[in-house]
Amino acid sequence: MAERERSSAPRGAPLPARRSVVMDAADVGRVLVRIAHEVVERNHGTSGLVVVGLQTGGVPLAERLAGHLASISGAPVPLGRLDVAFYRDDLRIRPVRPESVTEIPTELTGRVVVLVDDVLFTGRTVRAALDALADHGRAQAVQLAVLVDRGHRELPIRPDYVGKNLPTRRDETVEVGEWGVAIRGTGE
Amino acid sequence: MSRPGLLSVADLGREGIVELLHLADSFAQVAARPIPKVPALRGRTVATVFYESSTRTRLSFETAAKRLSADTMTFTAQTSSVTKGESLRDTVETLDAMGVDAMVVRHASAGVPARVAGWVRAAVVNGGDGEHEHPTQALADCFTLREALARRGGGQPADDLKGLRVAIVGDVRHSRVARSDVLALGALGAEVVLVGPPTLLPPSTEGWGVAVAHDLDEVLGEVDVVYLLRIQAERLREAFVPSLEEYTERFGLTRARARRLPEELLVMHPGPMVRGVEIDAEVAGSARSLVTSQVRSGVAVRMAVLFRLLARAEERAGG
Repeated sequence: MAERERSSAPRGAPLPARRSVVMDAADVGRVLVRIAHEVVERNHGTSGLVVVGLQTGGVPLAERLAGHLASISGAPVPLGRLDVAFYRDDLRIRPVRPESVTEIPTELTGRVVVLVDDVLFTGRTVRAALDALADHGRAQAVQLAVLVDRGHRELPIRPDYVGKNLPTRRDETVEVGEWGVAIRGTGE
Repeated sequence: MSRPGLLSVADLGREGIVELLHLADSFAQVAARPIPKVPALRGRTVATVFYESSTRTRLSFETAAKRLSADTMTFTAQTSSVTKGESLRDTVETLDAMGVDAMVVRHASAGVPARVAGWVRAAVVNGGDGEHEHPTQALADCFTLREALARRGGGQPADDLKGLRVAIVGDVRHSRVARSDVLALGALGAEVVLVGPPTLLPPSTEGWGVAVAHDLDEVLGEVDVVYLLRIQAERLREAFVPSLEEYTERFGLTRARARRLPEELLVMHPGPMVRGVEIDAEVAGSARSLVTSQVRSGVAVRMAVLFRLLARAEERAGG
């Protein structure tokens, strides 16, 4: 799902091998620690926070972020995952297969939700996620943390915590894995 | 031509069934939430077109459509121009012209949903046709069994029912539920035995891939699931079973019979139940009964079917 955000190139199209790594695993690790400190600073601690990862790319990052928050504050932070497939506005253009699960560990009303995704692109996934969250209760506030902001927004959506601003061309693909982050071009 | 619909379990095959069950997993999660509704089918219209009385199937489809944010229309033969002699074809063509995206058709005659599919552009879903099929009930039953087994085993629901032994008991001959269940359970690898008096079993089960038995007590010790079908009094007269009491004595899941059963044997019934005939009221409400779980599953699998058929836009009626 998040994958769709990364590229406007058709799925399954052969990709030439022009690929440059822009963050390695250590960079990603440092960025997550920094974001965790920013979250704590901004919210004056972690009480009332819920960390929610967007399926599928945001989930492992959310797990790590929640871990850092817990070790900074000394108290566990509730962790959830959100699949926004049924809330997308492009279902009719390209139906998705919802295969992943949604798990919201606690009532959201009155809490501050930190949404986590790997790549922020058009903003449509986040828009869908805001709708999906609203069906789980009225959060006091929703903040957005992304590992990479690659630009090209189609909606008025802005992240609160950014790992790295990454200027890209629209037709490039941003790949995220345990090894780090890379940009893949479409060839000459 | 109609857009793809769901007329028979046979159209789905194993892969189609498994795909719908996976999708239904997601929708079962939606049902458990404070706001059990998603916007996936906003702007779509689903009509239930029922020429035969039904509460649970119609309500289940309407609930499913509403939880997907589709609009719903209800057509029942009793309150419509059918009483003025409007033909089936006129009726469904009228609904089609109104821009309905899917029609759930129930009719006392086998094959009616398939005929309707040839007349309309909407996707047609078989909501039960005569003695032919009731595909969404079979999907609900598979979903229920798969969940019950996962609960017992403590893992994720499996993609098959291999090794599971199911007895379908009662009026199999006239049952569309039995027909669809035999296909679906068979596709997922379960073993099915049909149990009833010879007069209530199909004249031939060649090609069904099932066993046949006439003594319920013999079968009960050898199966994991007993699936009871509804008994209609008028069918018994045709079948030369002297009385309901005698039927209950031989083929009903009475309290006495249930007491002799192993604790882990599961009981299912598609509803509506005739308590005291094919199933004892206490047994129907006991821990081994999956009846309410079947109803819950019904909504989830119908959401999956409607979503699968309508989330795509290409063949939208009227362009």
